[in-house]
Amino acid sequence: MQNALQKLNKYKYPYLFIAPTLIILFLFSFIPIFIAIFISFTNMNLSGLADFSNIKFNGFDNFVRLFSDATFQKSMFNTLIFVVVGVPSVVLISMAIAILINQGTSWLFKSFRVIYYMPSITNIVAVAVIWGYLYNSQYGLINQMLGFIGIDPVSWLQDPVIAKFSLIIMAVWKAIGLNMIIFLAALQGIPRTYYEAAQIDGASRWEQLTKITVPLLSFATFFVSITTLIGWIQFFEEPLVMTKGGPINSTMSMALFIYNTGFQRNNFGYAAAGSIVLFAIIILVTMIQFKVRKKDSDVEY
Amino acid sequence: MDIQVKPVYKTIVITLLLLGSIAMCIPFVWMILASFKPESEVVALTPKFWPQQATLENYVRLFTEMRFATYLWNTLVIVFFSFIGLFLNAAAGYAFAKFEFPGRNVLYYLVLGTMMIPSQVTMIPVYLLLNQMNLTNTMAGIVLPGMVNAFGIFLFRQFMTTIPADLIEAARLDGASELRTFFQLVIPIAKPIFAVQGILTFIGGWNSFLWPLIIANDENLYTLSVGLSLLKGQYGGDFAIQMAGASFMVVPIVILFIFMQRHIIEGYTISGMK
Repeated sequence: MQNALQKLNKYKYPYLFIAPTLIILFLFSFIPIFIAIFISFTNMNLSGLADFSNIKFNGFDNFVRLFSDATFQKSMFNTLIFVVVGVPSVVLISMAIAILINQGTSWLFKSFRVIYYMPSITNIVAVAVIWGYLYNSQYGLINQMLGFIGIDPVSWLQDPVIAKFSLIIMAVWKAIGLNMIIFLAALQGIPRTYYEAAQIDGASRWEQLTKITVPLLSFATFFVSITTLIGWIQFFEEPLVMTKGGPINSTMSMALFIYNTGFQRNNFGYAAAGSIVLFAIIILVTMIQFKVRKKDSDVEY
Repeated sequence: MDIQVKPVYKTIVITLLLLGSIAMCIPFVWMILASFKPESEVVALTPKFWPQQATLENYVRLFTEMRFATYLWNTLVIVFFSFIGLFLNAAAGYAFAKFEFPGRNVLYYLVLGTMMIPSQVTMIPVYLLLNQMNLTNTMAGIVLPGMVNAFGIFLFRQFMTTIPADLIEAARLDGASELRTFFQLVIPIAKPIFAVQGILTFIGGWNSFLWPLIIANDENLYTLSVGLSLLKGQYGGDFAIQMAGASFMVVPIVILFIFMQRHIIEGYTISGMK
């Protein structure tokens, strides 16, 4: 006991420095996982919240129910669409823009950097409000411009199929900037001498791009792909504020399903089960990505 | 180098980027212009680009019909607490970087591990925890869950490992206490990383949406973003006031960003991204 106290006193400053953050992180990040796992096997709801004795274990019932729940199935399918369309779009567009911006250093190119980054720092609710106006089928700018060139108005947010893509377009618009900056930082790390050597050898611009730039961006591409992928699996705020998952659940993502189940219907146990499934998918997909990445030969410079 | 081809190539690059910039900017430009238009112009079937009868009416309505003054105050309170969180992150990063103590590595990996946890998993348990602590519908409940973050600790630690140990030792030999060493030596050295993190913290606090939405069920505690989503729900077809609300949220951040963008963009280089 004496010994332990002495030890604690010796290290009191580092412990003092980390204590506040550690307490907050453990309380609000770490312990919640165990609570989530625990309540996912119970019928935890409002009456359980009022009186803990109302909480009953129901084994794997929540999980069994989830996979026969039509809304949850739909949300998994929608999330798959969001990921399959959204992730490659974000990675390719932000890489392309970064490569273009990296061609110059004048004020014009510096302004481009700022302009493309701007949506990334914009609040998601504001983005949804602005795009809600742009997408409005009657007064929206997009339909009015389409009308100008003789195209009939499109129901951007009312049509179940189109609504998915409307959300994807908005989310891609918002996500490009941050990832572009990551690619730019990587591009600036590529030594100029590589390009000079290639030019002496008579390589065309296209060859320089495909043989030098893109391979040397492999780490940044991996990083951007994995963070974007994880982000899109959790696609949440866009449908929440833009469409509330509608029309007829066509934009209901898994994350939104969890939120609705938990906070609209107060089925905490069932929602927690959904979140465990989501977490499992994220872990699985991340592991697959790392496996694939290992197989690729690494380019070092 | 082929001198004759080069200008053409550069023109193509600039044209492409210009076209893209228009797509990036139009939503902002259209929002700001619409926020000064009277309702009738906003829902005109043949809209004009510039407001014909510019008005501040939409902004006034934010404060008379909605309670944007309250939302603004709450948002600023959250920003303030986020800055306290920033210093806590810095202190933890410093301890992980510059002290030897039992359990250091294990704790650091646990901290990094929390980055992997999706917010959907913690959302419900944290709500239940806060409810148990009687913190639902309080400012503390809104602020606490997001106050510190592992990524911030990681960035501070990365930066602070580069501070020479001799420098800190010298301060100690001069009789400075550990707290004084941290505040008067370490923080000034870590200014560049504080600049980046400070701006990102401000933006994060200003934009905070999810926790206020879950925890606050009283309009007195609403933040700008929660208020704006309320506005979107209540004034569904009234785009003029919606655009004023959105501009009110977005324009300050855009201005701040334009002034500070160099720091943010360089911040990614500091984090060592190749």
